[in-house]
Amino acid sequence: MTSERPLTKDMKADGEALTLKEYERAGGYQGIRKALRMGPKDITDQVTKSSLRGRGGAGFPTGSKWSFVPLGKDAPHPKYLIANADEMEPGTFKDRLLMEGNPHQLLEGMMVASRAIEADVAFVFLRGEYVLSAQRLQRAIAEAYAAGYLGEKIFGSEVGLELHLHLSAGRYMCGEETGLLNALEGKRANPRTKPPYPQISGLFGKPTIVQNVETLANLPHIINNGVEWFKKLSYSADGGSKLYGASGKVKRPGLWELPMGTTIGELLHEHAGGMRDGVEFRGLLPGGASTDFLTEEHLDVKMDFTEVQKVGSRMGTGTMIILDDQTCPVGMVWNLEDFFAQESCGWCTPCWSGLRWAERILWAFEQGHGSEADLEKLEWICKFCAPGNTFCALAPGAVEPLQSALKYFRDDFLRHVREKQCPWR
Amino acid sequence: MATIYVDGKPHQVDAQQNLLHACLTLGFNLPYFCWHPALGSVGACRQCAVKQFRSPEDKHGRLVMACMTPASEGAQISIADPEAVAFRKGIIEGMMENHPHDCPVCDEGGECHLQDMTVMTGHDYRRYEFPKRTFRNQYLGPFVNHEMNRCIQCYRCVRFYREYAGGQDFNVFGIRNLAYFGRHEDGVLESEFAGNLDEVCPTGVFTDATHKHHYTRKWDMQFAPSICVHCGLGCNISPGERYGMLRRIVNRYHGDINGYFLCDRGRYGYEFVNSEQRIRQPQIRSNGQIQPVPKQQAIEEGGRFIASATTVIGIGSSRASLESNFALRMAVGANHFFAGASTQELQLLHLTLEILRTTPVASLRDVEDSDAVLVLGEDVSNYAPRMALSLRQSVRQQPFAMTDKLKIPRWLDHAVREAAQEHKGPLFMATVAATRLDDVATDTYRGAPDEIARLGYAVARTLDPEAAGLRATTASGSLAGQIVRAVRAVTGLGKPPSGAPDADFETMAQRIAQALNGAERPLVISGLGCRSGPVLKAAANVVRALQRNGKPARIALAVPECNSLGLAMLGAKPFEEALAVAREHSGTTAIMLENDLYRQAPGSDVDVFLRSANHLIALDHLQNRTTATAELTFPAATFAESDGTLVNNEGRAQRFFQALTPQEIQESWRWLRDIFVAAGRREFSAWKTLDDVIQSLVSEFPDLAQVAEAAPAASFRMAGEKIPRQPHRYSGRTAMLANINVSEPKPPDDPDSSLSYSMEGNPDQPPAALIPFAWAGGWNSYQAWNKFQEEIAGPLRGGNPGVRLFQPPAQAGEYFQDAPKRFQPREGEWLVVPLYHVFGSEELSILSPGVKQLSPKPYIAMNDEHAKGAGLQAEDMVELAIGGASYRAALQIRPDLPVGIAGVPVGVDLFAGIQLPAWSKIERVS
Repeated sequence: MTSERPLTKDMKADGEALTLKEYERAGGYQGIRKALRMGPKDITDQVTKSSLRGRGGAGFPTGSKWSFVPLGKDAPHPKYLIANADEMEPGTFKDRLLMEGNPHQLLEGMMVASRAIEADVAFVFLRGEYVLSAQRLQRAIAEAYAAGYLGEKIFGSEVGLELHLHLSAGRYMCGEETGLLNALEGKRANPRTKPPYPQISGLFGKPTIVQNVETLANLPHIINNGVEWFKKLSYSADGGSKLYGASGKVKRPGLWELPMGTTIGELLHEHAGGMRDGVEFRGLLPGGASTDFLTEEHLDVKMDFTEVQKVGSRMGTGTMIILDDQTCPVGMVWNLEDFFAQESCGWCTPCWSGLRWAERILWAFEQGHGSEADLEKLEWICKFCAPGNTFCALAPGAVEPLQSALKYFRDDFLRHVREKQCPWR
Repeated sequence: MATIYVDGKPHQVDAQQNLLHACLTLGFNLPYFCWHPALGSVGACRQCAVKQFRSPEDKHGRLVMACMTPASEGAQISIADPEAVAFRKGIIEGMMENHPHDCPVCDEGGECHLQDMTVMTGHDYRRYEFPKRTFRNQYLGPFVNHEMNRCIQCYRCVRFYREYAGGQDFNVFGIRNLAYFGRHEDGVLESEFAGNLDEVCPTGVFTDATHKHHYTRKWDMQFAPSICVHCGLGCNISPGERYGMLRRIVNRYHGDINGYFLCDRGRYGYEFVNSEQRIRQPQIRSNGQIQPVPKQQAIEEGGRFIASATTVIGIGSSRASLESNFALRMAVGANHFFAGASTQELQLLHLTLEILRTTPVASLRDVEDSDAVLVLGEDVSNYAPRMALSLRQSVRQQPFAMTDKLKIPRWLDHAVREAAQEHKGPLFMATVAATRLDDVATDTYRGAPDEIARLGYAVARTLDPEAAGLRATTASGSLAGQIVRAVRAVTGLGKPPSGAPDADFETMAQRIAQALNGAERPLVISGLGCRSGPVLKAAANVVRALQRNGKPARIALAVPECNSLGLAMLGAKPFEEALAVAREHSGTTAIMLENDLYRQAPGSDVDVFLRSANHLIALDHLQNRTTATAELTFPAATFAESDGTLVNNEGRAQRFFQALTPQEIQESWRWLRDIFVAAGRREFSAWKTLDDVIQSLVSEFPDLAQVAEAAPAASFRMAGEKIPRQPHRYSGRTAMLANINVSEPKPPDDPDSSLSYSMEGNPDQPPAALIPFAWAGGWNSYQAWNKFQEEIAGPLRGGNPGVRLFQPPAQAGEYFQDAPKRFQPREGEWLVVPLYHVFGSEELSILSPGVKQLSPKPYIAMNDEHAKGAGLQAEDMVELAIGGASYRAALQIRPDLPVGIAGVPVGVDLFAGIQLPAWSKIERVS
């Protein structure tokens, strides 16, 4: 293990973005130069061996994802590489830091990934509200084009790459891999049928890879420093460092790049500084709103894809939302379910009907109209929206905080029933 | 084939299909919403969940959506699994959160797929206890009623309207549980297939607005298997009756023709049957007064007119049945049996018959499956509308070949569309004016009919140098046509640019030839639309050239009316000859069978004809200019009130049966029989039933021998019983006529068919030609067709109804020789051509209020440059003169019309009887 922080180490203290010159001075654009000499299969091979897993939340092994893209002269073209920068997960703000602080790092990562799949065109699909990211990416893209790093024959090689910034019109669904593809094509951001996977039939029907910003930002470092170095960044089997965050009533809410597998307790107590004075810790959502609650008993769990899953939640984006004792857990879950019900694209029945129903019931609890029978309904809705029952992962993710709240905070629900009002009001 | 195991039992199914298709084909009751047999799978509603097990040892299994899962070899599924059962019930519960449960006041009630599926899943108690979401409804035109609160968000409507039918003005707006399906603002739906939303919608969001005016539940209607009379395609329909009134038309599935869909002219054109203009009893005109007369008196009077005549002239009709036309022909003799149509039209029909007899003919299903199409001269969307919907599917065939390579199953609808994107198979549209299929065309060519024919000849010659006519090069540089390469923007909204420069005719012919020759199932479409023999011949030549190249090419020809080919096959002679006979002979009696001559021939000729005859007898459905001149008028049964046979554009004889039994109205052949018997022709009294007429017909016309097999004879019985026209839940039978007589009357006899006017009879599935309505246990909606098919979306059990009269020839026919000369525009004159309107160009449907509302006002159209040259502006009142008559209408500017061509909307009253194409000056009048 090393204490290196490759993703954030070059960022400036004043929060300004690195210019192309500054980025290169810090060693930037060496990874892509090397990658251009390697050939697609070698890049994918190296990334596979690095055990890099997708940082968008699902944790799919990156190299493995790329391996399904058809290569060579018979492959369909244009192929597309898309940076998923539609960071809409409640409580999550990690990609924003990467784009605002070091946009060239993302661009270089996209170049590397584009080489691995022989992509011709790349897009940054950016959350519309990320105005500063948009400005800085726009400038960085212009710099890269001017330097010959984008366009035809990049870095003097024989290959080209067009890269465009696209600002999302803004819906949670646009961050879903295939919803994003539809949105980028100018269609409703409904998710698509899988299979066929985007690697075979993606944007405009062509082979496409959609990758989270943080995942892409890791790539130049893996190419530059090698597999072993990358693995050593981590405390766990999943390679690399990770951007972790915390929000809620902690002393120091924020975002830190730490070794993958840092424990939840360390994040909460050392980096976030523990709970604010006068409030007690009750639980947390480890990786955004669409993950299950964890509690006191889970503070020793390592934050990585495997370990968090073992205790019934998901690391997700790795940005924790902390619940304290002065906040009503039912109210918190109501707020989340209202968000998810609102963001349902309306395609599949469990999602559009189940989430709004859950939200209505939770609202009834908050108004003092909840009943014990309602708890059964909520449990039923959670099962109704289970993975496989719905068209995409939105609803299964949406009910994760609800199903775990029913497990860990059942008494709080019952207090609402007994007292016929929200005890926190 | 694959073996799958459903709840432990092995079944053989089509391995290319999904589990839902397989389960439904096997007869299992598996509920669904978003899936539609013609639209494929998208996995939205999650209603068809089943449990799938990895192996016999796997006891846990997992829920999968049957519609999204391939029916692969060895698949083990359970429909009865408790978790799957509970989940399917839950889906309905989710839908019921917002569904208003207004079944008692909903037009869909009693034939609602949502009701059926609710019962099927066992959902009976809704735990959701919060307010339901509500929407504002839209005015969508005279045909489709909108009630959004009932929506369950299955997305079928928008998929049908946009993706299947190519409509642009309907969409889904909003998200979550507030998805709104409608237009961006109130207004008439533009697509002529919008009415299918009535049947595509699984509940009552979209219902039949015309039916609403005289609403009756499905279970209270009496149905009959019938054939649409509003164009020549012969779509199968199911008319519904109650209290002597025709209430509505719904689609009757036919695997080779209409499949699941009708056009709106066919669906909503029926209201003429209920018109106040109907002739409901025999009428006699004396001293200028038209008066009803008792049936027997009218018949005797008619008999006297016949008996006293020196010559009896019979004018048949292309909208009357084969039997009625045949009866007239037998009565008046072959020499005096005429059509209302002109020499030109009959020649074209005989040319059509000649081509159909010597060329492989495409059904609409074949059209849909064609992978390269050339349309020569036909504005399909307006002339044979349902064919346009099939053509829209044909352009998906080549993309299918591409997505097959990606191993995307064809039924996985959105995955196929996402992979195929805007890629479309070849469809070349060579027409006089722009068409509503141009948006999916590879190339469009616009020119005069002769130029279109020359393009066809050039294509044939490119395919086979032996083909007659002109070499492609001789036609190059044509002035009168323009080639417009379709521009397909990423958005799919690309419209061909207008005013493109004259382009190279030859390369166009080569491109078309290449596309057709490179296809596996090439097709050429033409017809009588531009009223040009050379165009028909050119179309046949292209098919023949392809055949000689070893291609399984087919032809599809559109004809003007529902029995145009039938009338031509009976040898009717042109109207001009009838006129000559009438002029030559004095003391004639003329019989007009279901024919308003003023719509067929120039008014002055008709006047002469009618004045020349000594006695005039008309048989028709509605009052019109011709019946107004007749001394004797007999109320002729419409399609809904009679039985008979029609020959469609492919030469398929199909039988239609009556749903209504009006008292004084009877089939034309029966009137003719009665009149001629009264005139002393006793031999006709042998015609007791329709089958008697058919017997005579087939012995007289060996060509038509197979007509007898179009449907089972009247003597047919199922286990000794007739087939009920009324559903088993038909209510009020004993009370509905109690105001007339408290005793329940005996149901009317039906000597002509094996259908009964009753709810009693054999409840089993009748032969395909005799299915009055789709209904099966637990399946009250149109989706019940699942239960009548050999395979889902395949042929009906026992084969699709009707018989093809022409067998495909063993070898390619001879080439037609005479290619036309190049079209020469004239100074100061225009070639006036017919322009068609789906709503307005057909005689009977325009008598229905909704169709009338959407039909065009009269106009005379020409190109903008032309108009400028002649100093004319849009909306100027202009006049043209053809055949001694002049026609005045407002000028319409149509940039798509070629140089030298003007167009008028045929079918609208002003242009009744106009003979086109013809040359005319067009001048402004004050």
